[in-house]
Amino acid sequence: MSVQEGPVASRLPDSLVGYWENDLVKIGATLAAVYLLYVVAGLLLGYGLSGQLNSLRRLTFLIVLYSIGALVVNLHWGYSGLFNIGVVGFMAVGVYTTTILTRPVAGQNPTGTLPGLGLPLPIAIAGGVLAAALVGYLAALPSLRLRDDYFAIVTLAFAEIIRITAKASELQEFTIFGTTVGTGGGRGIRTYPNPINQFFEGTGAPIVNAVSGTIDGPLVSGWTFVLALTFVLVCVLWVIVRIVESPFGRVLKGIRDDEEATTALAKNTGSFKIRSFIIGCGILGLLGIIWQGSQGYISPSLFVPQLTFFIWIAVIIGGAGSNTGSIIGSILFVGTIYLGPGYVRRLVEEFVSLSGRATNFPDALGALAGGDISGIILYTLDQTSALRVILTGVLLIWLLKRRPDGLFGNRREMASSIDVESRVRDRQSNDSTAGGEE
Amino acid sequence: MSDKPLLEVDSLYKSFGGITALDGVSFEVESGTLTGLIGPNGAGKSTTFNTIGGILKADSGTVRFDGEDITGESPDRIARKGLVRTFQMSREFQNMTVIENMMIAPTGQRGESALQSITPGLRENVSDQEEDIFEQAWEMLELFDIDHLALENAGALSGGQRKLLELARALMLDPEMLLLDEPFAGVNPTLEKTLIDRIETLRDKGQTFLLVEHDMDVIMEHCERVIVMHQGDTLLTGTPEEVQSEERVIEAYLGGSVA
Repeated sequence: MSVQEGPVASRLPDSLVGYWENDLVKIGATLAAVYLLYVVAGLLLGYGLSGQLNSLRRLTFLIVLYSIGALVVNLHWGYSGLFNIGVVGFMAVGVYTTTILTRPVAGQNPTGTLPGLGLPLPIAIAGGVLAAALVGYLAALPSLRLRDDYFAIVTLAFAEIIRITAKASELQEFTIFGTTVGTGGGRGIRTYPNPINQFFEGTGAPIVNAVSGTIDGPLVSGWTFVLALTFVLVCVLWVIVRIVESPFGRVLKGIRDDEEATTALAKNTGSFKIRSFIIGCGILGLLGIIWQGSQGYISPSLFVPQLTFFIWIAVIIGGAGSNTGSIIGSILFVGTIYLGPGYVRRLVEEFVSLSGRATNFPDALGALAGGDISGIILYTLDQTSALRVILTGVLLIWLLKRRPDGLFGNRREMASSIDVESRVRDRQSNDSTAGGEE
Repeated sequence: MSDKPLLEVDSLYKSFGGITALDGVSFEVESGTLTGLIGPNGAGKSTTFNTIGGILKADSGTVRFDGEDITGESPDRIARKGLVRTFQMSREFQNMTVIENMMIAPTGQRGESALQSITPGLRENVSDQEEDIFEQAWEMLELFDIDHLALENAGALSGGQRKLLELARALMLDPEMLLLDEPFAGVNPTLEKTLIDRIETLRDKGQTFLLVEHDMDVIMEHCERVIVMHQGDTLLTGTPEEVQSEERVIEAYLGGSVA
């Protein structure tokens, strides 16, 4: 086994380096470190047990969802060389389709809500995944002959077309083949009820009551949902690992490195690219269904390109071409850039007595001119979403200079269904003992 | 051996803008031969390869392989028919290991279906087949004496090693005919000799080779027939002796006018 001389391995004591080689240990250790950080922050902020659990629930929720998105981007970009920056569009197709399929049919819907087809949730989820895969197929078909960057433009445009279509007032509510459905237009649409919440409100209510003395009731369904999502992540990882560690994945890597040379080896590269793309798009559809769909309400403003780029950042941190890297990148992205600024603000407010909160930039600047820096600090910390973008920019520059391949880029993840590496090492060591050379 | 030639190229024309790269190239390659394709720089040798291999579409003319018209077919279909080419500048998969470069090549791999690779039960068949492919790849690496590099990324190999890898990888397809574009460029003389021996052994077993090469000694010593190209056209075809004694060939190389 080869020792990966990464930034962590080189700092670890020798006795621990061996453990670090195991991917699960890497993921677990990173997750534990981030959890610890948040528990300490929670303690400093005076959170009780419920507060801590809720803080970690939100952290885990986002990590799991970003990981699923990052795994797909890694399948597309890291393995197949497909520059998909329309991630959010396929998520939107999935969740909108599922929503429309599940909404009660006209006449049975509560007043003021949009009607749909009234299908059961599992069928509607399958429908949403298929719709996202189908839209992926439509996007890939005409653009397969395009180079990376042009393919990227097509995917971005597709995602925007989907968002703007969902926003169109003409589609807010319309009747087709005698059935009234709608996207809700710019006002959005109420989604489907979360079956886990329903369970704990109904048959599972005694469980909630039993613990309600120690922790808040909603945490039970909240954490159960996060665990269910984790199970989905494990399934997605299982599927993607089997896809990339196979002759299919090997051809994808070949296409990524040199498509023309791959065709010269008798591979119909177009077919491989389409298959890789639609599998990924189907999973993105599922991601939309379990992410935005689980919030009870969706609107087109949720599906802006920024979300796509945040998922990409997670992949870039981890390093394209490594599934482990994608998950660790997601943990670090959510733990620092995404949720970090909010916690820092709360900590500063808790421990530094700053007077003179400024509500807008001129006020903050004015206070600064008067020698009071607290205004600008508080103002800056209030801009959580702007801080995320700024931190992302800083991180990208640092990565470009120091680790252009990300934390796990260029790592060897052999594309084969058998353990090629150990077979080769066996023979190489046999050769060197038998031949006596080297 | 059938009397029909394996590869028939008939009056290929190809121009890029105002430049005529191929101006009526015609030649035939007999099955089981090692044929050389020579000519000065810019004669159109690589364009001919790219057109036969399907990367470029000819403006007119036909290419027949094994009696079948393959003009305008896609590169992957041509390769699947048993006509495989290598590139002048090696095109190994840089970010894949040498062994992966080898194992990607064989056609008809069950695991090229995503469904078979995912589904429990079917994946075992994929693995079984991959065991055989690994054996085959390992044998080929040993044959080319690059087995010690199996776990290196192909991008880390030297120029000569890349040439070896590309030839070995093409042979993994077990092609009926191989188009080799300067396979010995950057390969050291000892290794070059090994490679030529290997090619001759394969030729004696019935495989067919068309070879673009600038080293005249190699061409004259090892090829049964030589095709000379000049300014996008076939100048003449003959045995090495015939070609060598032909004044037009020398003139073409020295830049004299050819009437």
